[in-house]
Amino acid sequence: MTEGDAPLDGPLYLNSLMLAVAAHRDKDAFQDLFQHFAPRVKAFVLRQGADVQMAEEVVQETMVKVWRKAGQFDPTKASASTWIFTIARNLRIDMLRRAARPEPDADDPFFVPDPAPPAHETLSRDQEAARLRDALSGLPPEQQEVLRLAFFEDKPHTQVAEELGIPLGTVKSRIRLAFRRMRAELGDEQ
Amino acid sequence: MTIDHHPSDELLLDYAAGALGEAWSLAVATHLALCPACRRTTARMEALGGAMLEAVAPAPVAPDGLAAVMARIDLPEAAVAAPPARLPASKSGLPQPLRRYAENAAGELDWQRLGLGASQLLIATGDRSATARLLRIPAGRPVPVHTHRGPELTLVLSGAFSDATGHYGPGDFQEADETLEHKPHADPGEDCICLAVTDAPLRFRSVAARLLQPLLGI
Repeated sequence: MTEGDAPLDGPLYLNSLMLAVAAHRDKDAFQDLFQHFAPRVKAFVLRQGADVQMAEEVVQETMVKVWRKAGQFDPTKASASTWIFTIARNLRIDMLRRAARPEPDADDPFFVPDPAPPAHETLSRDQEAARLRDALSGLPPEQQEVLRLAFFEDKPHTQVAEELGIPLGTVKSRIRLAFRRMRAELGDEQ
Repeated sequence: MTIDHHPSDELLLDYAAGALGEAWSLAVATHLALCPACRRTTARMEALGGAMLEAVAPAPVAPDGLAAVMARIDLPEAAVAAPPARLPASKSGLPQPLRRYAENAAGELDWQRLGLGASQLLIATGDRSATARLLRIPAGRPVPVHTHRGPELTLVLSGAFSDATGHYGPGDFQEADETLEHKPHADPGEDCICLAVTDAPLRFRSVAARLLQPLLGI
């Protein structure tokens, strides 16, 4: 891949920065990642109700973790943005809510592994991410709104319904319609 | 394991977004350990979170923010906390992450008898707004008729039960709310062990069960 293939803010470029950090402990690449992601993580956490100081702390912990765990980054599983979103999400739960986030453990003997991907599955993670963004922007505004609230408000959908003054059933059906559309867009079978 | 009953999109979304409390998350995460299809859906939702992170209007970080992080990554990584000690071999047969929450230090389950042959094990989480417990219902026996003041999540771990909404075997996940008055009945042949999460005490309908409820602690 040459520079010309990847726009300077594009997902492929961000992935390549992550891989440079993982493979060569590349500090210049890490600084570029910081410039891109730190202000976004801060804005995200502020919208979720953190105060400025707490938001700065979540940003710092997130970026330190990005450096230390870079070896676990796998662009075939998730883009850099998605991977960093999950790190920031877990740190926010840990630091703001002082709670743990239970997660499955792929090394556990009872863990049921993924089946081999079907032969017709040809979308790369990057193509998937692009389709997902298209699908999101193609959703009706009221469906986009419930998805945004889910991510930005740090409140379960039951509480989102209460605050919007919308019946819970309406919130549920908007979420279901949104994901039905996304699954169709991504060619999922379920 | 064939799973017929899955968590709803809205529950998976709450989990993926990080908006779900610890006790509810424990039920979702343990189902995810058993269900590749729901892990795939959750990965899609996390990708949506990544897209949201890209789309947010950036907020400038403190001027010394980058320098502070660069100084920290130069510290030797030995300063990082050691990973948690490995658990002894499991005697309970529970999948992670449930196992870590439910087993005692010896890797066993401390069941409390509820009477009528049933047992429960209360699971401590950092989430005070909800209660997680393991329930063991003897093979072929009913659970008393009850309604819910709030939602209840049930994940079958072994055995099976049926109620008016269907048949639930290992890995199956039930989301009930206050409108559901159900009478789950364990299948014959094997005790049914499930993880149940509620945000309010269960409300039993029969007078006898209501009188027993405080004694049973459920």
